[in-house]
Amino acid sequence: MGEHHEHDPHDAAPAHGRPLRLGIGGPVGSGKTALTAALCRALRGELEVAVVTNDIYTTEDADFLRREAVLPDDRITAVRTGACPHTAIRDDISANLDAVEALQARHPGLDLVIVESGGDNLTALFSRGLADRQIFVLDVAGGDDVPRKGGLGVAAADLLVINKTDLAPLVGSDLAVMGRDAAKVRDGKPVAFTSLREQPGAPEVAGWVRDALRTW
Amino acid sequence: MRASLLLLADSRLPAGGHAHSGGVEPAVSAGVIGDVPALADFLRGRLATSGLVAAALAAAACAHALEGGDAWALLDAEADARTPSPAQRKAARAQGRSLLRVARTTWPARALEALAVVSPDGPHHPLVLGAATASLGGTPHEAAAVTAYNAVTGGASAGVRLLGLDPLEVNRALAALAEDVDAVAAKAAACTDGPWTALPAASAPLLDIYAELHLRADLRLFES
Repeated sequence: MGEHHEHDPHDAAPAHGRPLRLGIGGPVGSGKTALTAALCRALRGELEVAVVTNDIYTTEDADFLRREAVLPDDRITAVRTGACPHTAIRDDISANLDAVEALQARHPGLDLVIVESGGDNLTALFSRGLADRQIFVLDVAGGDDVPRKGGLGVAAADLLVINKTDLAPLVGSDLAVMGRDAAKVRDGKPVAFTSLREQPGAPEVAGWVRDALRTW
Repeated sequence: MRASLLLLADSRLPAGGHAHSGGVEPAVSAGVIGDVPALADFLRGRLATSGLVAAALAAAACAHALEGGDAWALLDAEADARTPSPAQRKAARAQGRSLLRVARTTWPARALEALAVVSPDGPHHPLVLGAATASLGGTPHEAAAVTAYNAVTGGASAGVRLLGLDPLEVNRALAALAEDVDAVAAKAAACTDGPWTALPAASAPLLDIYAELHLRADLRLFES
């Protein structure tokens, strides 16, 4: 690239010719759907966004997102996982790929497709064939020893989000311990502390997603 | 038995099968399946009806691919004609689409490319099983065997997951079905001698009804 490209005011074309696929995983109740909703609200004004949810039992997550009207209905798809949420994001990603590609076909200008996994255990990890980047969401109420226990999600996710920090004093969780333990297993990859109740827009995570899109 | 055929029949093949129960989930919801003997009976019925139809379609598809035929839309219509429930058609095409993704990557062939454009919703699953079997060097009889085997193993696994059944007991029940699976495969393979219009059309109305009810259920873990 020549030096006069540096001040090009136009957005660069997506390098990969398709939207960035962002996986959001984590245990049941940690706030994956709330974070997905927050990201949709924060980014929908500047980006073309769609969502695939993987619910364990019902289409509850997709229904929640529709009820909250964070995106138009035709940008949200629910996938059923046959009682195996980790299989659907890792070993056999075909139903999720199918859903992602159908959304891309329906909305050719998409910048970002969020794939929210069904609640799972600490070993859940998105396949690289499905997610280009992945966020793992923990909450402080699950115990401040969870980052120390590690697991593939905590160690390998591109961004670890520790949510519900407002509850930390109530449940006796030490955020400093969680941050320190996470850093040990994450090899320099970032950790974000969030309280979606206090900051519904999740600005730090939204900023991370914007950065991820800039380098996509 | 060639290893690539085992790969095609393996439940770990990443072709979306794990999210389909073959009618077992709605049958469990309806209270029809609650233990291993009931699951085994259900699977025997499924094998003799939709299992036989699927195996015959797969054998026909394999033979057609080996002959270099191009009448895929017609064979797909034969599958549609033997699948009266829209929910079952949707499930068969969803699984066909997912299997096609794997097969085109793993065993590329002209027949698989032709199947990719047969319908915007994807081709029927047994057609892809048949064409993939041909592509990896298998015979119509082998295509029927893999398909008949598939007709009982997916539902058995769903039973383990939905009811917490003893997997050893379920595996023993599957082993007891093995001769029936072989017999269905042989019967299906024999149909490749006749015209497609004469392929088996055994119906299972209860499976059709369950499939339709399943789409209306509030709680469901499986796509079908």
